[in-house]
Amino acid sequence: MAKIMTVDDSVSLRKLVAQTLAGAGHDVAEAANGADALSTAKQKTFDLIISDLNMPGMDGLSFVRQLRQLAAYRTVPVLILTTEMDPAKKKEAKEAGATGWLVKPFDPSQLLATIRKVLD
Amino acid sequence: MSELNPMTSGTAKNAAESEQLLTFIVDGQEYGVDILRVQEIRGWSAPMPIPQAPAYIKGVINIRGDVVPIADLRERLGLPTLPYGQTTVVIVLRVLGGARERVMGVIVDAMSDVTNVPTGAVKAPPSFHDSSEPSPARGIAMLEEKMITILDVDRIFGEHVVIR
Amino acid sequence: MTLQLTDLQRQLLGTFFEESFEGLEQLETGLLALERSSKADPETINDVFRVAHSIKGGAGSFGLAAISRLAHEMETLLDGFRAGALSPTPDALSLLLEGVDGLRGMLEATRDERGYSEESLGRLCERLKAASARSAPHPAAPAEPQSPPAARSERTFAFRFEPHSHLLESGNEPVRLLRELARLGALKLEVDRSRLPGLRALEPNLCYLGWHGTLRGAVTLAEIKEVFAWVEGDADLEVTEVVADGAVTPAARQPTTNEEPVAPKTEAAPAATPGAANAPAATAARGDAEAGLGSIRVAVDKIDLLMNMVGELVITQSMLGELEGDGPLDAHRVERLREGLGLLARNTRSLQESVMRLRSMPIGIVFNRFPRLVHDLGRQLGKEVELKIAGQNTELDKTVLEKLGDPLVHLVRNSLDHGIEAPELRRAAGKPELGTLELRAYHRGGDIVVEVVDDGKGIDRTRVIARAREMGILGPDEEPGEDALRDILFAPGFSTAKEVTNVSGRGVGMDVVRRNVKSLGGDVFVDTTPGRGTRISLRLPLTLAIIDGQLIRVGVHAYVVPLLSIVESVQVEPRRVTRFQGQRDIYRLRDELIPMMDLCEVLGVSGQRVSVDEALMVVVEADGEHVGLLVHELLAQQQVVVKSLESNYGRVEGLAGATILGDGSVSFILDVAGIGRLMRRSHAREGVRAA
Repeated sequence: MAKIMTVDDSVSLRKLVAQTLAGAGHDVAEAANGADALSTAKQKTFDLIISDLNMPGMDGLSFVRQLRQLAAYRTVPVLILTTEMDPAKKKEAKEAGATGWLVKPFDPSQLLATIRKVLD
Repeated sequence: MSELNPMTSGTAKNAAESEQLLTFIVDGQEYGVDILRVQEIRGWSAPMPIPQAPAYIKGVINIRGDVVPIADLRERLGLPTLPYGQTTVVIVLRVLGGARERVMGVIVDAMSDVTNVPTGAVKAPPSFHDSSEPSPARGIAMLEEKMITILDVDRIFGEHVVIR
Repeated sequence: MTLQLTDLQRQLLGTFFEESFEGLEQLETGLLALERSSKADPETINDVFRVAHSIKGGAGSFGLAAISRLAHEMETLLDGFRAGALSPTPDALSLLLEGVDGLRGMLEATRDERGYSEESLGRLCERLKAASARSAPHPAAPAEPQSPPAARSERTFAFRFEPHSHLLESGNEPVRLLRELARLGALKLEVDRSRLPGLRALEPNLCYLGWHGTLRGAVTLAEIKEVFAWVEGDADLEVTEVVADGAVTPAARQPTTNEEPVAPKTEAAPAATPGAANAPAATAARGDAEAGLGSIRVAVDKIDLLMNMVGELVITQSMLGELEGDGPLDAHRVERLREGLGLLARNTRSLQESVMRLRSMPIGIVFNRFPRLVHDLGRQLGKEVELKIAGQNTELDKTVLEKLGDPLVHLVRNSLDHGIEAPELRRAAGKPELGTLELRAYHRGGDIVVEVVDDGKGIDRTRVIARAREMGILGPDEEPGEDALRDILFAPGFSTAKEVTNVSGRGVGMDVVRRNVKSLGGDVFVDTTPGRGTRISLRLPLTLAIIDGQLIRVGVHAYVVPLLSIVESVQVEPRRVTRFQGQRDIYRLRDELIPMMDLCEVLGVSGQRVSVDEALMVVVEADGEHVGLLVHELLAQQQVVVKSLESNYGRVEGLAGATILGDGSVSFILDVAGIGRLMRRSHAREGVRAA
């Protein structure tokens, strides 16, 4: 099963994602913001990263940008999990290097289906 | 997608073609609880009685530094009680009530088995309880060789434990 | 309302509530800051926007559609501020504060499984919507267009898919997309290798391949485009429908949605260059105030300290280890052993203190709610008050913090209502019209002091005395000293308010404040100067999690009485016992009469009662009164770690918590004040029965 990191400043949402993934047998790490996530990413390797956009400290976009600078993460899929995705934000996220997006409200089966697709 | 869509909670269903029950015997009857709720199974150790507690709450015990209440299922179901001893079994369960989770031990007569029950084999319990007291059963599993009463632990222990 | 939630959601719902309440406090603080400042600080606006946004997303994910909706309307209005299309006028901010209250109410109602008024929610949403609409039409995120119901007939599409070379760097994988495409129907594919360079020039991170082919199946153009949605702009995509004779239908070239056309794409999409995009508006790093009460964020230096202590512990352990050996236990070794054990005791104590300190959190978490309260109350009372906060980083035990909120609210309300005068009165008294209320927290000795200070009119001593005489608390000729005066102020039911307002003055309060603070092991002090102001100090212990206890035996069980509440222990002499009204035993201890209480009865220990002849009586102080607890035996005195009985069970009157004794058994810590209340209640019942 895959190694996945979920990044969200909201503990409840992060746990919701993490526990859904863990329930599907994935190995899950959590980070509360971009800076945490970046340092975790440097210490371990992940097959997939799921990140919120709106976070205090380092937000999702700068996190993805900096992550893509790391050689080990040039092609690792990064999914954006966010409440809203207006086209401008989508464009910005893509330009930062995001692979795709999932729109909240969070739906466990949709999340797992998307992850299956990406990790296929 | 609109962000106002209510969460579709039925989505977890697809994995639950069958459920695993931990089954046990109380007063000659086989009962079951969702195995995911079971934290551990232990023998009897005398609990510290709690003042002003309902009669079926026998007290609290120490489980690895956690203070956990122990309930007698026979007494909760209105069955005659048995003396506790070496053969008494305590199932430690996670119980939900009022948006929080509690851990509690439930005294049963004896352990039985772990049984896989196909979702289709579970029938709603007949409602011969009067409506004021909700049925303690979540359903009855009708298997070829036997029937298992599936307890709704949240209903029987989730709310009543709250003392204010 | 009942929620349809999965087990997982239900488990995390508590966390969500906690998080949201914290968020609301932040939101409130931010909105008040905006109200005070003359110009709208973009960072604050960003922060409050982010909080509303988070609550909206969280609520949606927990199936709380109505909460999500209200948060959405607030967010839209805040987004208007953010975009500069709207300015944060006092009216708009008031409306948002109403929204905060609304959200809080709904969250509380949901948490407590109560209902709330859908109607008033609807009205609030409408007003927020109207306020947002007051600006030039704000470009709201367009709703994802619904694709028209397509006829489910067999169709054939020809497509060409040419990823830009950097596609892999967004984590997308063309093979995955093609596989997904194959799920939609029969896929015929040809690879275009024309861009593939020689092996030497090949960069593994770049994509050189392209594909074209046909897809045949009951599929729509929208579905095909959906597959490629994530790579829009990172690849050229052309999709055209092929009709039976092989000609291309021109109509299918038109995009079926009002999105930016994907196919055919003529202009070369610019390659995304990471880092070159406009720099993100990095939100300021937030400090310690982020941590809520449910979770503890620990500063690194606290952990370092802990590490050092563990280091010392290891050294002590190895020193003791060296003493182990075959030689005789001579005087030298005994001396070393004693030294080592002393060191071990010191290490353990400081380790214990440090671990306790991990539980402490800044009082700012509690102080945060006051700007709003003072603002609202000041308006309501027509008083101008400036709130000053000092020492918000002073740390208190988490449990103390949780119980401190209500007493502080009461004290602040009192100060605003009774302490600080109306502007005209202040002017007449030669004071500035703007009153000052100060909340501060600091360390003193082993305690934490939390103060509520106002520069109001002070407590009128003569009026307090007069009122106390009127109420019969004080005899007509008694002249109370300072301590007695304080006791009057904290007497149950005491109030000098001429009329009851809804702010304060019901006389339920000060006694409750004192009781709460005392239940935390602290005390309350009053210092007042007529015409100049009042200072109320709450003195609280640093930590609660470990207490010094006296173990007692009642029946076969051991219980713990907090040592602090014990006045003395005496062997009962039957001749000093009097039966009062044939019901209650009273003990004459020197010149004091002490009600006696059989703990067997209170604790529901069946069987043996404590016979007065053989009993020991532990005299404890509860709410300023002495009570004698009858016990079978006094056991050891020891420190015990307080464990919650509520986390798995519930609150029990008369018990302060549980603890685990050295032998692993559970014991209960008695709440002496609670036992006193139980006794008075059963007393009252018996009185009724006797009458």
